[in-house]
Amino acid sequence: MAFKHNALASAIALALGAALPAGAADGDIEAIRKEIKQIKDSYESRIQSLEQRLKEAEAKTERAAAQVPAAQPGQAARGGSTSSSAFNPDISVILQGAFNKREGGERHISGFFEAGEHAHSERGFTLDHSEVVMSANVDPYFRGFLNLAVADEELEVEEAWFQTLGLGRGFTVKGGRFLSGIGYQNEQHPHAWDFADNNLMYSVLFGEHLIHDGLQAKWLAPTPIFLEFGAEAARGQFFPGSDDGGDKNGAGAWAAFAHIGGDVGVSNSWRTGLSYLRARPKARHAHVDDINDVEGHTDFTGTSKAWIADFVWKWAPNGNARARNFKFQAEYFRRKESGSLLCEDNSAEGGACTGIEDAFSSKQSGWYAQGVFQFMPRWRVGLRFDQLNSGNVDFGANSAFIEGSDYKPSKTSLMLDFSPSEFSRFRFQVARDKSMEGDTDNQFSLQYIHSLGAHGAHRF
Amino acid sequence: MKFLFRCLVALSIGLSGSAAFAALNVFACMPEWSALAAEIGGDKVSVYAATTAMQDPHRIEARPSLIARARSADLVVCTGAELEIGWLPVVLDNAGNGKIRPGQPGYFEASSFVVLTGVPERLDRAMGDVHPGGNPHVHTDPRNVGLIAAALAQRMAQIDPANAAHYRQRHEAFAQRWSNAISKWERDAAPLKGVMLVQHHTYYDYLWNWLGLQAVGALEPKPGVEPTVSHMTQLVTQQQTRPAKMVVHGSYNDPRASNWFAERAKVPVVMLPATVGGTPEAKDLFSFFDDIVRRLLPAAK
Repeated sequence: MAFKHNALASAIALALGAALPAGAADGDIEAIRKEIKQIKDSYESRIQSLEQRLKEAEAKTERAAAQVPAAQPGQAARGGSTSSSAFNPDISVILQGAFNKREGGERHISGFFEAGEHAHSERGFTLDHSEVVMSANVDPYFRGFLNLAVADEELEVEEAWFQTLGLGRGFTVKGGRFLSGIGYQNEQHPHAWDFADNNLMYSVLFGEHLIHDGLQAKWLAPTPIFLEFGAEAARGQFFPGSDDGGDKNGAGAWAAFAHIGGDVGVSNSWRTGLSYLRARPKARHAHVDDINDVEGHTDFTGTSKAWIADFVWKWAPNGNARARNFKFQAEYFRRKESGSLLCEDNSAEGGACTGIEDAFSSKQSGWYAQGVFQFMPRWRVGLRFDQLNSGNVDFGANSAFIEGSDYKPSKTSLMLDFSPSEFSRFRFQVARDKSMEGDTDNQFSLQYIHSLGAHGAHRF
Repeated sequence: MKFLFRCLVALSIGLSGSAAFAALNVFACMPEWSALAAEIGGDKVSVYAATTAMQDPHRIEARPSLIARARSADLVVCTGAELEIGWLPVVLDNAGNGKIRPGQPGYFEASSFVVLTGVPERLDRAMGDVHPGGNPHVHTDPRNVGLIAAALAQRMAQIDPANAAHYRQRHEAFAQRWSNAISKWERDAAPLKGVMLVQHHTYYDYLWNWLGLQAVGALEPKPGVEPTVSHMTQLVTQQQTRPAKMVVHGSYNDPRASNWFAERAKVPVVMLPATVGGTPEAKDLFSFFDDIVRRLLPAAK
């Protein structure tokens, strides 16, 4: 090999030499000789480096062959997969179901409008929330994500969005249906919750969580500390918005949030944030018990504004969460709603409402705090406390028919969970639910959460 | 709204502009790669190590601080082979940095430059937390580190052409020292050839393959599954037919399972640095392997 290349270099040199004009001056010949020598030298060094690389490559192949032959099929499978199925999205399935023991009948959180239909899952055996998730890169510019929630007897599109991959400068844009980035727990799917059910705060704010059909823009500051800003514009058809509120050429809901976070030493990390949501519901439907204790139907039209402050702290010895770790999480909200409320005429059923529409305003707040401790591998215990303040609710002229309430709903939950592996979990939870005035309920749940398929990454 | 947006854009351009004069920002998923990037980059790179040798590499969380650091990185150096699958995607999706997405020159996967062993014949989670591409702990064989170093030097030169010669020179010097060191480790570790051992997790398979040791069992019944008493009891019984001379665990493993086994099998426990920083002695890649050989030798006698 080396000889061949040297011969080639000499041949070039000879050819160049032969091409010299006969009458060239000695100086010229000297210069040309020098040049040829340089060419030869550079060739030789390049050839040497090529030989070196060849040797390395050969050594690598030999070593590859010498190493366990089992490596070969895998390599071949990866390299040789040309079928279109190789482009299939990553698919994962979350199986989640429970056995719940709680009081039957209609339960609602006193002093608050019900938020959607997700307030709580069925009692007895229930397939409460299984999910199918698909995701993949669309092309070099976008990523796509689909999450279908399979609840009892219904299939819902929980998320369906695209996200930019390479805008750079810290910008990310998401479009479609997505979980709003406000608060902390909002972006978590139920299988990532640390308790078997939702906390009271998210139940009254959004039902389960705030889903947006719209656009989200996020910007991450180029700082060593995590500092993120986001803004969202959405249709706003879900509570606290409403279907009619979303039916317009514009946005029915706006949201903005800022998050900041970092580490304290190697064992602690934290994140905190402040979020704002503004929705314009129109004819938002709700049920109330009027002063005659008959069910009435109300429609609210106006503005709903909410502030949420969130905080999460995680501890693990040396940052190694495998054996032991602790997580503290707390969120607080204030919500103001103002506009007009119509209480539909229910006098035919013996109700008090006469179909009057008049001014309505409310100022409400609430919080929850929870701690979850993994005391040994696979086992965790958690305690959560929820407190709501139904605050000031002014029904205007309708206060003659609907009685306000100054009840303060609360709930205390204690859970123990066991995870045989990273992909399976069983949970036992007991709770004392005082969310309904005059009707304290002792509840328990047995829950399973299994994840199949592609290994999903979890957010902080 | 518009005003706020303009302010943000102006701020971001200003900040990223000033960052352009700084060194090449490297975000290393694992301490071994931060050590390697520092060996090759020298003073031309600023390296951030996302994890430590005390953390189980399979259980890292996408902490806010990691997202913030990935935002300004020019190069991400990770293991690949799905080792970081539980957290890196979240970090990359939220960092808003197109330069370090998979497929870009700024995304470097060490495991793709070496041959992986332990590729599962059948992909089934009933086999534990298996990695479809094979065993990802490639840095426990220094010959792999040598191959990865060459690829990393090339990549750094590609991303930062102004300093290409610098990276090439530093790599050449490193490669020379590294191959000398490998010969020395191989000489020193000659008595380890054929020694049988039990390990906590299949973490050091590449190390055993290099030095010719034989792992006859793992305390974890399946990769990633916590050791159980019944499984470990079987391993103790197995000692009669295939006697392991030691039980080995990494710096991030809970030592209790190893201690349990050692007590009953009457063999020493050897704690090895999982990577650079795993023991006070393992300060860089060289002392990492020095320390491994030094800790294994007495137990093999």
